[in-house]
Amino acid sequence: METQRAIRMVDITKTFGQVVANDRISLDIYPGEILSLLGENGSGKTTLMNMLSGIYLPDSGQIYVNGNKVNIRSPKDAYALGIGMIHQHFKLVDVLTAAENIVLGLNEHRLIDLHNVRQRVKEICDRYGFAVDPDKKVYDMSVSEKQTLEIVKVLYRGADILILDEPTAVLTPQETDKLFVVMRNMKADGKAIVIITHKLHEVMEISDRVAVLRRGKYIGDIATKDTNPQQLTDMMVGRAVSLNIDRPEPQNKQERLVVQGLTVLDAEGVKRLSNVSFTAYGGEILGIAGITGSGQRELLEAVAGLQAIQPGSSICLHTADGKETELVGKSPLEIYKLGVGLAFVPEDRFGMGLVGSMDLVDNVMLRSYKSGKSMFTDRKTPKALAQKIVDELDVVTPGLNIPIRRLSGGNVQKMLVGREIAGSPSLLMTAYAVRGLDINTSYTIYHLLNEQKAKGAAVIYVGEDLDVLLELCDRILVLCAGQVSGIVEGRKAKKEEVGLMMTHLGKEAQAYAQDA
Amino acid sequence: MTELISLFQAGIVFGTVILYGATGEILTEKSGNLNLGVPGIMYLGGIMGLMGVFFYEMNNPDPSPILCVLIAMSCAFLASMLGGLIYSLLTITLRANQNVTGLTLTIFAGGFANFFGGSLMKLAGGVGQINVATTSAAFRATLPFVPNLPALPRMLLGFGFMAYLAVVVAFVVSWVINRTSVGLNLRAVGENPATADAAGINVTKYKYLATCLGAGISGLGGLYYVMDYTKGTWDSAGGIESLGWLAVALVIFSTWRPKRGIWGAYLFGLLSWLYFYIPGLTRRSMELFKMLPYLVTVIVLVAASLRRRREDQPPAALGLPYFREER
Repeated sequence: METQRAIRMVDITKTFGQVVANDRISLDIYPGEILSLLGENGSGKTTLMNMLSGIYLPDSGQIYVNGNKVNIRSPKDAYALGIGMIHQHFKLVDVLTAAENIVLGLNEHRLIDLHNVRQRVKEICDRYGFAVDPDKKVYDMSVSEKQTLEIVKVLYRGADILILDEPTAVLTPQETDKLFVVMRNMKADGKAIVIITHKLHEVMEISDRVAVLRRGKYIGDIATKDTNPQQLTDMMVGRAVSLNIDRPEPQNKQERLVVQGLTVLDAEGVKRLSNVSFTAYGGEILGIAGITGSGQRELLEAVAGLQAIQPGSSICLHTADGKETELVGKSPLEIYKLGVGLAFVPEDRFGMGLVGSMDLVDNVMLRSYKSGKSMFTDRKTPKALAQKIVDELDVVTPGLNIPIRRLSGGNVQKMLVGREIAGSPSLLMTAYAVRGLDINTSYTIYHLLNEQKAKGAAVIYVGEDLDVLLELCDRILVLCAGQVSGIVEGRKAKKEEVGLMMTHLGKEAQAYAQDA
Repeated sequence: MTELISLFQAGIVFGTVILYGATGEILTEKSGNLNLGVPGIMYLGGIMGLMGVFFYEMNNPDPSPILCVLIAMSCAFLASMLGGLIYSLLTITLRANQNVTGLTLTIFAGGFANFFGGSLMKLAGGVGQINVATTSAAFRATLPFVPNLPALPRMLLGFGFMAYLAVVVAFVVSWVINRTSVGLNLRAVGENPATADAAGINVTKYKYLATCLGAGISGLGGLYYVMDYTKGTWDSAGGIESLGWLAVALVIFSTWRPKRGIWGAYLFGLLSWLYFYIPGLTRRSMELFKMLPYLVTVIVLVAASLRRRREDQPPAALGLPYFREER
C-alpha cells in the first residue's frame, strides 16, 4: 500500500518579473517524515514553500493537500488546510505576550480570553516537550524562545504540515539539539515536516529524505540514509565541489596585534570581557569560538575603537614597518587616520558595515570620502574600486548604481569584504563572515581570507560553525563568558574539546575531558 | 473661587475638544497611520456640522432640537470620515508619505472650512450673523435641576451632553483596543503589519477602518467647538486648528492610551487657559504661558524615552507604509 501523501505539488512555476524563481517543480511531502529542502541561496526553496503558506500565488501548477486540489490564496487558507510555516524572520509582535501572539488573527472569541489559551499552550508544550511562558512579552525572549513560540503558534492553529525556513541559522548548537528533539517528537506524532536549509550536517542528522533545488529547478530527491554530504553538494551546486577548506602553513609569522588585560563593561555595568590577553600574528588566521554572546562582538569592537575600555587594558598594533601603535582610547576615525590598515567586517552587515539604501559606489566610498583636499568628493576612484570588486568577486548585480539592500545576502557580503580588503589591511577582523551564505559564496570568502593571510595580514575569524573553524584557522581562541578559556592549535584540536571549552573555563574543561 | 471655577469650566470645554481629537487619533495611530491631518479633520467636522444644521434651521421655521443634534452630528461625523478616507486612499492604497499627506490635509481642510464659513456668514447676512439657535441650545442643554445645585456639582454637571460623550467614547475605544480580539488585531497591524498579515489579518481593511472611524471621532471635536464654545457661529481665527495640534500632542502625552488621554485633555485645557486667569500678564508673557501644554508634552517625551518602557513607545510601524511583496 502506498503511503498517503500529505501534499503533492505538481508543475509549480513562479516568476518575479524576468526571474524564474520556480520552474515546473513537482514535490511530494509525506506525513510522519522530515523532508529537507536543500539548495543554495536563490535556488527557490523559500519561494516554493511560500506558495504553500499562502504568501505567494503560483503562476501555474497544482497543489493537492491530502488528495484534494486546493487553491491557497492567503495565510488564512493555509492554516485552514493545516499548513503552518515558521519564517526565517520571526512573525511576532514584540510588545505583545506569547499568548496574545498565539491567538492573533484567530478571532475565536470576541473578547480576549487568555485563560483557555494558557491551558491549550500547556497541553501542546507537554505533548512535544518544550516550554513557553504564555505571559512573557516577546521583547523579553531569547531567539530560541521566540522560535519555540512560533512553533507553538503554528501547532495551536492545528497544523499537520510544518515548514521551517532555516530554523537553525540563529541557534546555538545546544538550542539546535533541543529543536531537533522537538522535531522528532512531532514526526512521531504523524506530522509532516519540511526543513529548509543549506547546512549539510543538519540534513544528515535530522531528515529522512532530501529534495534538492538548483536555480529554480527540481534536481531530485533521495533518502538520507542512501546519500552523503559530497553527493548532496554536487547535486546542489551542479558540479563536483571540494568540501575541504584550504589551510596553507603560515609564512613568516610576526606579532601583529597584542591584547593585554582587556576588560569591557556594557551599559548596565556587567563585564562582557574580563582580562582578555592574546596575540594575533601576521600570516595566520586566528579563529575565535564561543557561544553567542560570550564577548566576541565586544572584543572586535574594542579593537576597532567602538567600545569603552576599562583602564589597565592594552591593545597594541605592530605594523609591518616595525611601528607600535596603542589603539586604546582612539576613535574609529583616529585609527583610520593613523593609516595602520585595520579592516573590520562586522556581524551586523547593514547596521554597521553598509548603508542599505545607498548604492554600491557610495558604500565603497564610506571608507574614503574624507580623503583628499577638494571640497568635492572623489567618486571616480571608489567607482573604479566598486567595479573591480564586482568583477573579481563575481558579485551579481544589475549595476553599480542600485541600492545595496537589493542585492542578495551573499553578494552584499562580497561587497563588504571586498571593500575591507581593498586597502591591503595589516589586520582583518571578520565576525560571522559566512552567516546565511551558501556553500559557493562561503568558499569564496574562505579563499579571500586565505589570500590576506598569504599577504601577511593577521586575520581574526569569529565563527559559529566549529567544523569550519577547525578546518580554516591556524589557532583558535575559545571564549567562555567573556574570558579566554584557552587557545588551541587548529590542526590538532578536537571538536569536542573546543565545545567543552566554550561552556567551561580552561581548567574545568580539561578535568571534564579526563573524566570522560 | 468663582475665578477658579470658571477656569475649570473653560479648561473642560477646551479639554473636551482636544479629547475627541486625541481619541480619534489614537485609534488611527494604533493601525500604524500617523495622521497629522487631525486639525484639518476637526475643521471639516465643525464646518460641515454647522452647514448641515444651518440649512435645516434656515428652511424650517420650527426646527426640532433632536433632529438638529442628529443632523449636526451625522454631517460632522461623515464629513470627517471622508477626510479620513482621502488620507487612507493616499497613504494606504497609493502609499504616499504619511506626514506630507496629513499636513496637506490640514492645510486643505483649513482653507475649505474657512471658505465655506465665510460663505455661510454671507448667506446669513454678515460676520457673526450665523444663527443656529435651536441646535446650539440643544448642544448646550443641561439636566433641568442642574442650575439649582451648589457650585461644585453644578460645575461638574453643567456641560452639554457632548462633554460626557467624549469620556464615554474614550473609555469605549480603550476597551476595544485592549480587551477585544479586534483590538488585538488592530494593535498587531500597527506594530508589525507583516506579522499581522501572516496571521491572516486583513491589514488594509483594518487600516482603512481605524483611520476613517478615528477621523470621524476627531471631527466631533470640531463640532463641539462650534456648537458649544462659539455657540453655533463660525470663528475664522484658527481656534480649531490650535486645539487640533494640541490633540496630536496629547496622543504622545497619553502614550497612546485613551484613558490617560482623558485627564491629559483636561490638563491641556486648563494649561491653555491659565494665562487668562493669572493677573498682571502682558501680551508677551501671555504667549509664554500658552506654551505650557507643548512644554509638558516635551517633558513627557523625554521621560518616556528615558524610562524606555516598550509599552510607552509609539506603535512600531507608525508612519511606515506596508506592502506585502517588498523584501
